[in-house]
Amino acid sequence: MFISVTTSLLGGLAVSVRIFLLTLLFALPLGLVICFGLMSRFRVISVPCSLLVWIVRGTPLMLQLISFFYIPGIIGQNIWGGGEAGRTAATVVAFSLNYACYFAVIYKGGIQGVPVGQREAAQVLGLTRSQIFFRVTLLQMIKRIVHPMSNEIITLVKDTSLARIIAVYELTFTGYSFMKSDGIVWPMFYTGVFYLLFVGILTVLFGRLEKRLDYYQG
Amino acid sequence: MTDTILEVKSLRKRFGNNEVLRGITFSLRRGEVLVIIGSSGSGKTTLLRCLNFLETADEGEILVNGDSVFRAGEKMTARQLRESILHFGLVFQSFNLFPQYSVLRNVTLAPSLLETERLRDACRADPSRDFKAERRTMLADVNRRAEELIRTVGLGEKMKNYPFQLSGGQQQRVAIARALAMSPDILCFDEPTSALDPELTGEVLRVIRGLKNSDRTMIVVTHEMEFARGVADRVIYMADGVIEEEGTPEEVFGAPKSEKARAFLASSNLKG
Ligand SMILES: Nc1ncnc2c1ncn2[C@@H]1O[C@H](COP(=O)(O)OP(=O)(O)OP(=O)(O)O)[C@@H](O)[C@H]1O
Ligand SMILES: [Mg+2]
Repeated sequence: MFISVTTSLLGGLAVSVRIFLLTLLFALPLGLVICFGLMSRFRVISVPCSLLVWIVRGTPLMLQLISFFYIPGIIGQNIWGGGEAGRTAATVVAFSLNYACYFAVIYKGGIQGVPVGQREAAQVLGLTRSQIFFRVTLLQMIKRIVHPMSNEIITLVKDTSLARIIAVYELTFTGYSFMKSDGIVWPMFYTGVFYLLFVGILTVLFGRLEKRLDYYQG
Repeated sequence: MTDTILEVKSLRKRFGNNEVLRGITFSLRRGEVLVIIGSSGSGKTTLLRCLNFLETADEGEILVNGDSVFRAGEKMTARQLRESILHFGLVFQSFNLFPQYSVLRNVTLAPSLLETERLRDACRADPSRDFKAERRTMLADVNRRAEELIRTVGLGEKMKNYPFQLSGGQQQRVAIARALAMSPDILCFDEPTSALDPELTGEVLRVIRGLKNSDRTMIVVTHEMEFARGVADRVIYMADGVIEEEGTPEEVFGAPKSEKARAFLASSNLKG
């Protein structure tokens, strides 16, 4: 029994990890785009971006997930199809947008934390705008945002469990289904071990990144 | 070929209702050292920032070697702006070294990026040239030049250190080497020693004096009157956004004509 539960839960974990990784893959760069949008001089760009961030941060992720999954069907465009793949895709899209907005705000704080003098010094030396960002600002910004980003990313691990609401068989849903079908409770608690291990690995990785950036100050 | 390297014509700059530069006109000969003095808020920093394109002047024109590099109201492409910027260098009061890079990398960063771009363009135009090979020799050149500059400012031992490991005076000397690495036509200093402890100002001023001997064209904003007197070929005294007095150090420090300049120099002598 233990073996078969573990195998099923590992299957659920694989789904959770996939949602997690795909969300990061899309949300990390999309967050940067939204961040530049928020900081844009042009109100036609900055105002819609602020509105988006307000809506996304102001409503529950579960509601967003449900909206993304059901609204296309309601308006007669069921883009997700009926299968597991479609449900996972809907989850990744909803999560990516949600996390991108949180990341954008963190990025913005990180960029604004880099002293103006850094950009000015680079500009006077003839660096182009993109060189200034990638060669001067970016690393200093990363150093400033490691902590808030690690918090968000660890939250994302646990948020993957929300996907059960649209019947994605991720880790929590798999554990829960044993309760319903076999009437056993312990697999549900057992899932906690997997989350803890997952978050433990992330914590170690973030610790390493922080150490890597410790070589300089300021 | 003219002897005049820089002409600034009727430069005006306002922030909101506050007109900070109210028609600044002067010119500079090659190799000349111009010192700008003036009380706080007179617009010295703003003038240097306009010359370095950190601010855009509202009116006026800037010419380098007879060519217009800035004319108020005229749009510039990003490329033109960059070309114009490269005529000038600026050493900030607060150093502004890049903390994540070693001393050497601080100095090589900008020239290696610029030279790489130029080389790439040249190799695109002429497919027989080998970009990768030429880039390697170019980067070695940039490194060698940077090391030389760092030694000139007396920091040969600190090449591999990071800015946070250096004293303020050492950081400012790296900033000078970094600016020199782009070989600007005109190097500007904005109160290069104001952020330093008194015992560290000497080493920085010595470096600047050394540059004078190597025939660099410089504009130095400073409150160090003794240094100003020693290093300047010409002195400008600014007050309320205008050039109130201009002349040789002997003229301006010895026998200032304007009332304001006399009062300013008297008060700064008391402080010094
Ligand atoms: N970005 C800005 N926005 C608004 N006002 C500014 C700005 N920069 C400078 N000023 C104003 O312009 C005036 C001149 O400032 P500036 O820094 O050029 O003086 P300064 O001669 O360099 O003075 P100091 O000796 O204190 O460095 C001041 O009144 C200042 O408040
Ligand atoms: Mg100033």
